[in-house]
Amino acid sequence: MSVFGNIGNYIRESQIWGSVFRHGIPRDRRTRAMAVLSNVFLHLHPVAVRKSGIRLSFTWCMGGLTFFLFLAETITGVLLMFYYRPVVEYAYNDIIQLRAHVTLGLLREIHRWGAHAMVIAIWLHMLRVFLTGSYKPPREFNWGVGVILLKLTLLLSFTGYLLPWDQLAIWAITVGSNMARATPVLGHEGPGAAAMMIGDVPLIHAGSDARFLLLAGTSVGPGALLRFYVLHCIFIPLVVLVLIAVHFWRIRKDGGISGPL
Amino acid sequence: MLKQAIMNGLNTLVLAAASDGGLGGAIKDLLNRASVPQIFVPLMAIGLIVALLTYRVWTKPKIAGLLGLGFIGFYLWSATDENFFKIIVKPDNVPITIMLTAMAIVTWVAFRQAAINDRRIERGEPLIESGADDKVLVWPDLVYTEMICLVLCTIALVVWAILLKAPLEPAANPTNIPNPSKAPWYFLGLQELLVYFDPWIAGVLLPGFIILGLVALPYIDKNPRGNGYYTFSQRKMVIWVFMFGWIILWVALIVLGTFLRGPNWNIFGPYETWDAHRPAALLNVNVSDLFWVVLPEKTGLWNPGLPKEPMWGLPTWLVREGPGLMVLGAYFFILPVVLAKSVCAKLYKDLGLIRYAVFWLLMSWMILVPIKMVLRWLFNLKYFVAITEYFFNI
Repeated sequence: MSVFGNIGNYIRESQIWGSVFRHGIPRDRRTRAMAVLSNVFLHLHPVAVRKSGIRLSFTWCMGGLTFFLFLAETITGVLLMFYYRPVVEYAYNDIIQLRAHVTLGLLREIHRWGAHAMVIAIWLHMLRVFLTGSYKPPREFNWGVGVILLKLTLLLSFTGYLLPWDQLAIWAITVGSNMARATPVLGHEGPGAAAMMIGDVPLIHAGSDARFLLLAGTSVGPGALLRFYVLHCIFIPLVVLVLIAVHFWRIRKDGGISGPL
Repeated sequence: MLKQAIMNGLNTLVLAAASDGGLGGAIKDLLNRASVPQIFVPLMAIGLIVALLTYRVWTKPKIAGLLGLGFIGFYLWSATDENFFKIIVKPDNVPITIMLTAMAIVTWVAFRQAAINDRRIERGEPLIESGADDKVLVWPDLVYTEMICLVLCTIALVVWAILLKAPLEPAANPTNIPNPSKAPWYFLGLQELLVYFDPWIAGVLLPGFIILGLVALPYIDKNPRGNGYYTFSQRKMVIWVFMFGWIILWVALIVLGTFLRGPNWNIFGPYETWDAHRPAALLNVNVSDLFWVVLPEKTGLWNPGLPKEPMWGLPTWLVREGPGLMVLGAYFFILPVVLAKSVCAKLYKDLGLIRYAVFWLLMSWMILVPIKMVLRWLFNLKYFVAITEYFFNI
């Protein structure tokens, strides 16, 4: 046996290795099953799956890629938070500084293109699930969870769009958030808002409507930047994380990757 | 109108081929002219219809290969045009090219398998997806596939990040409004709808209905067939509706909004320069104008002019918008009932009252989008109902 083999055996027989991995090298059915069962991440999967279900031409791996991109966004996003302050006076300059001075200056690029890729991947995932009829019973509820995740992905991308605080950012968000002012009943230029009166006092006006709630003001300003930052970095990711857990759990509970009945 | 556009196009093709631009110039000119929504959207719709009808043809690898090569050739040739190039290399437009390519590939893969499965169903043979019900272990079969996908995706992402800098424009300036101001690309289909609908519909109601409709889909589509495998023949209706919504009302409008909308939200062909000084002349009319002004002018039945004061004990706006309200009321509430009694009798029986009502609520709004587009193109129709006093314009 070679020196490396000896070292390898020594490591694998040590108490440390044995405490981390409860099974031997996954070479036979039993240890391969153990490899999946005894690992918190891998045991998102069942031990065995239908062969035709995991073909790349069937799933396109788009659900998995969406999840992977979410992780990539989380990691690069956390790193970006070290360099960025969501204050109007600093935000733009922080991005300039990031571009100019930070080593491995690909962080922002990976984050931005990853976000676009995630939007594309989740759309294609939905297309695949639709075209294979996988939303049909018993998976109706999980399809609904997926639709909400799709919407949250778009909102994640949308809230992140504002953060660089350049011309592209504020005007795209202005166009988008102007819609909120036309929300029926809840926007001051929406139908039904005029009916929301107490005596002569309007309840819904530019300073109290749905857009005001979103922007913390009547236009895209410092309040909106902070609000979008918190939504982008904390609130929506937390909700997404919970829903991903439900989504994955239900895939298992609803019978795994779909296939002909 | 379409006929005239085609004649115009053919004319220019002949003329331009004879002049300096040559054939390339003529094709560009033709495509520039075909970029207006009233030609672009119907062309896309015709393309989708032809594609769905002939899915067994273009899913053959050789034909798909030819189509793919033709498209790549066309795209590269277009990229030699300065204006086209300028638009596709805008950093935030690059994802659209990637999305269209990815979409073409996966749609082909899906319909290829649907075509094979449909043939097998006709012959009574087992599906692609069945016959392999022997299970495999997740370790190594699935875990390794996932890891390879993950590695490839990482490489692609890093290469993308190295090749293309994330865009950063001048610092935000609330007094300097760019022309055009565009939402992020994935919302541009909705922004395009602002041309036809007020914000409360284009920006709130329709997105809400899209989400509601998608969530409701499994409860409305009661067809038990086609669960867990690719097929078209067993789920024709739902795939037609979904693909129309997805390809035409979502993707095609995104392409239109990003590639073809320029300053003042005017349409510019893919090979045209964005000229901010091109005038936009549009005179739109409402149903109330048609009923109270145009109709009496043509027939002389009553005095032309919009009602200016209450009549028959009804407020002015109700009298003025009465005709439009009746049209919409008939469309939303009477048409579904008539259909339930006639063409859709079987559907109604299968779905039951509540499912049928939800189905038509969603379908009415989805179909209203192309209806309003066509009416705008043909008659410059602005609103069916324009109760501007209460921001209630449809």
